[in-house]
This record gives sequence, structure tokens and C-alpha cells, in this order.
Amino acid sequence: MPETRLLLKNAEDPALRTLAGYRGYGGYASLEKAYKQMEAGELLKELEDSGLRGRGGAGFAMGKKASFLPRGEMDKYLCCNADESEPGAFKDRELMQRNPHQLIEGIAIAALAAGAGRAFIFIRGEYDSQADVLDAAVAEAYEAGYLGEDILGSRRDLELVVHRGAGAYICGEETALLDALEGKRGNPRLKPPFPAVQGLYGGPTLINNVETLSNVPHIVNNGAEWFRGFGTEQSPGTKVVSISGCVRRPGNYEVELGIPTRELVYDLAGGPLEGRELKAFYPGGSSSPVLTAEEGLDLPYSFEAMAEAGSMLGSGSVIVADDSVSIPHMALRTARFYHHESCGKCTPCREGTNWTVKMLERVVRGEATPMDLDIVASVQENIIGNCLCVLGDSMAMPVGAMVRKFRQEFEDVIAAAAESEAVAA
Amino acid sequence: MVELPVDQALSEGRVPDRASEEVPELHEVDCPAELRERIEELMSRYPDRKSASIPALWAVQRLYGWCTPEGIRQAAAAMRVTPAYLESVASFYDLLHTEPVGAHKVAVCTNISCWMRGGDELLDAFRAAAGEDPDLFVTGFECLGACDIAPMASIDERYFGPLEGAEARTAIEQLRAGAEVLPEKALEKRPLPGGPDA
Repeated sequence: MPETRLLLKNAEDPALRTLAGYRGYGGYASLEKAYKQMEAGELLKELEDSGLRGRGGAGFAMGKKASFLPRGEMDKYLCCNADESEPGAFKDRELMQRNPHQLIEGIAIAALAAGAGRAFIFIRGEYDSQADVLDAAVAEAYEAGYLGEDILGSRRDLELVVHRGAGAYICGEETALLDALEGKRGNPRLKPPFPAVQGLYGGPTLINNVETLSNVPHIVNNGAEWFRGFGTEQSPGTKVVSISGCVRRPGNYEVELGIPTRELVYDLAGGPLEGRELKAFYPGGSSSPVLTAEEGLDLPYSFEAMAEAGSMLGSGSVIVADDSVSIPHMALRTARFYHHESCGKCTPCREGTNWTVKMLERVVRGEATPMDLDIVASVQENIIGNCLCVLGDSMAMPVGAMVRKFRQEFEDVIAAAAESEAVAA
Repeated sequence: MVELPVDQALSEGRVPDRASEEVPELHEVDCPAELRERIEELMSRYPDRKSASIPALWAVQRLYGWCTPEGIRQAAAAMRVTPAYLESVASFYDLLHTEPVGAHKVAVCTNISCWMRGGDELLDAFRAAAGEDPDLFVTGFECLGACDIAPMASIDERYFGPLEGAEARTAIEQLRAGAEVLPEKALEKRPLPGGPDA
């Protein structure tokens, strides 16, 4: 099954990065249509009708989210979340690097729909090269009159600033992103109020992921009906899927949502390396509960199918583990990441990630007992739902799933490590 | 996994520095004109000047190599905030250094996908090649968002991969010689894995 490229179409052409190149492929026609012919209400309806779901992780309906912002003249903001930091995810990097104008066009249209006069792209500091690409593209868009004052004579203004973060996974959480953008340490806020009501600088704020916004020009250009022709009823459109780990051809593949997961992993990414077998995979980034090969490979790759299987599509990042990968060690790697990135504001996350790492280290050193695995599992249950944001949950879900589904392997690792320790002594 | 140093203040206590709690005047800090202009330009981009704190700290780090206490005071004076405020921001983020680091920065990803493909060994190879050279700052890093080129490293803020141990040595030699680093392994030159459009 080949890819279905909408967002990555023509992405192999380096000229696409430039305004002239992008326009050569029909770029900015949607922006002209939106600013010259459409009202905000019409745009919102089109986005809602399209059923486009957020591509950053939560999968919330984008049009609905935009419609939560109050109407009327006031200072409203749009933030593009380009803080892609979830282990396994690298699709936004590709989209920004290869097609920055598609994103800018999407931002300008979404801002018009939401009535926002200022927009920011919050890009993770590590993506220095991509931020340079965006800076150049934003400058070109201002020059061409697609950004700035009185865009195309519409009497609508939009200021767009590329804001570089400085290395913190938590800033991908939308309220932490707002704090970071306001110049503070990136700590999540208590919700409600949600950003749509009270966000950046206290104003109503729409926050969307890079891939979500990159879909917008296509929907406005071709209509909601056309968009719904791709994907499934509950997951319309295509998805740029990042596949990595133990596969032959890791990378970004754009596919219709709902294709069999097996095709994604085997036909596109080439399946496991020579002589290896697929053991388990994270279907939606490191925060999604792992699925075993038997559980997951024959599921359609869609929001609803992954949720039904007890996992999630998340950011659409598949990390494949083959039979050479030790699941307890993978659990430890996962937990260490969240421990390092926990901002420390909420106790269950700060302490829970810390103790999970310590207990998993005891597991791989052979110092744990099988009863400790029950404690690991109960710590995960006590994190979920008890914090201001889902960073702690993002560790608890995959680690909990690994202990549950691969319990025997954890016990074997404890026994083997204890034995080699005893031999060494 | 990077072992974070334990802050001495946690065990020994720290007497608050009065100077870091007051907004310094520009004439007190000898802020270079280029830094001041840069920060003022950055502040003008936002409705609230405080939003420029991360970009201002980036500017300090670009100028001095790391966020020096004096650089932080200069930025604080330009922004009309306390040095303590900027310090609290700088210490939160992994890419802002509040201790001196080498001129060349190598961050090797050791997260899940890179770990599966030899990220730990690659970090060891970079560390061995760099030795004790104070000009080279080699560190393990959480996911850099480039699992497609695992195992990979960010070298002076550009991505390279997939890398083998021998290439770590080559890269370090190139950095020392001031040559272009691993041109054939630069992320930008990589085609889409699925090839051109069908």
C-alpha cells in the first residue's frame, strides 16, 4: 500500500521551502480564498465539518476547540505547538523543514477563524535548523502581504512570531507552553480555565499542533466533504506517522488513517531486521501503552481502534521493539525520560516518576522481588488522573502496561540478574 | 542518562544574594550595545516584555558561550527584571547552561529509539574521542526528535545520523580542525524514506 501524501506532497522538492516554490504548487490559494471570500463563522463550520482531530496527542476535534473561543473584538491569540519532544515523534520536524509555508498558511487561516490577531510558533530549542527555515519563511510571508497589517485588503491583521524554547518536554503541554511563552519556567496551570477562555496573557487562546494546522489549507481549499473522503468516519484525513526503533526503514510516512497497522510497519517501514521478530510496539509515542504483536498488528491505525485496544494513537509515532529488546530495560528508559522531564509541580508525578525509576533499576539489577512489581504497578495507578497535566500519566500508562503484559519477563530479568550477581560474588 | 549535579545549596544552604533581587541599572552592568539592542528588539516582538526572557538568555549564551552571572545581570538590566528571575528561568531549561561549557556542543540521544540502535555506545564513542578536551561539551540527551536517523547526535545544533562509533571520532576530529562535520550524514540531506511522490 503506497502512501497518501497531502501534507508531504512535493516535499522532496527543496524549492517548496521558498514562497515562490510553494506558490508554484498552488500554495496560498487557500489563504486568499479565506481572507477575500470567507467569514470567520464559515471557516469554523468548515473546520468542524471536516472532523479534523488534533495531531499533537489528545486527538480533540480542532474545529470544536476553535469554536470555544469567545466571539467579538478582544485580544485573542493563536499558538502553534511545535515543541515536539515526545520520544518517537519527529513528524512536525519534517513538516516544518520541508514545507514551512503550508504551516504559516494554516496558522493565518486558523487565526482568522478564531479571531486571533497575534500568533506564535513555539518551537523546541533543539530544532534550530527548522526554526531558521521558519524564520526565513515568515519573513517571506510578511513581504508578500500574507502576514502583517490589513492582509490582502481584508482589514484583518496578524502578527506571527517564531519563538524558540530552550529544552523542556513539559512545554509541549499547552498551559506549560503558555507559561514558557510568557517568559517563565514551563509549569502547567490548573484547568479550568482552559486556554480557549483564559490563555496567553490572560486572553482567549487557541493552541494547535503543527500537523493539525498544516491540514487547514487543504480543508479550506477542497472542502470538508473532500477531507472526509480520506481516513475513517471518526478519524478523517491522513496522518504523518513517525516509525522508528527496530525496523528496516525508519522515517515519516503519510497514510490514510485506518490502514492496517501491519501495512504501516511491514510494507512501508520494512518490518523488523533480518532474523528478528516484532515483539511489541508503542502505537502513539512513548506515552502510549505498548501493544504486543498479537494485540496490535491487525488493528486499523486510527484514533478509535487504538483507544478500543486500551492504547492511543497519540502523536502517531510508532516505536517498534523486536525480540532482542528487553522490555524491563525499555520500561526503565521510558521512566527515566519522564522522571527527567517532570517539572516537579505535582507530587504524584515528581515522586512517582522518581520511585518508578528507582524500582525499575532494582529490577534490572536483580535486587527486586516479584512483589516489588506489584508496587510498581500500584504507583502507576496512583499517578493517573492526580496531577495538573498528563506528564506523569504518560509514564504510568506505558510502564503499567509493560509490567502487566510482560510480567514473566520482568520476573525472569530479576532472577537472571540476581544469579549473575551471585556468581560474580 | 545524564547524572544531574546536586546543587550544593540544597545541603549547605545559600545566603541569598541581595544583588540578584534588585533590578540592576544599565550603567551598573556594562551591557554591550549589541546585546542590549538585540534584547530590546526581542522585547518589541511581544505584548509583554517578559516573554523575551528565553530569547534574551539565548542571546546571552550566544555571546558568552553560556549564561554567565554577569551576562544574566546585563540581560536583566536591559529587560528591567531581576537577575534572580532570569536565573530561575535559565536553570529550568536543559539547553541554557548556567555553568561553563565547551565551545562545541555534542548532544547524543539516548532515548528509546536511539537506545535500541546503539545510542549508549555512540555516546561512549563521542566521550572517548573528546577525552578531557575543555572545548568539547559531550552529553547524553533526551529524545531530540530524530528517531528516523537513530542513533544520532546534535552537533553544534545540527542533526547527524545514523552514526557509528568511527564517525564519532571523525566528527570530533573535524570539530577540532574547524572543518565541516560529517556532510554526508546531515539530516537535511536525507530523502523521505518512501521516496518521491507516487
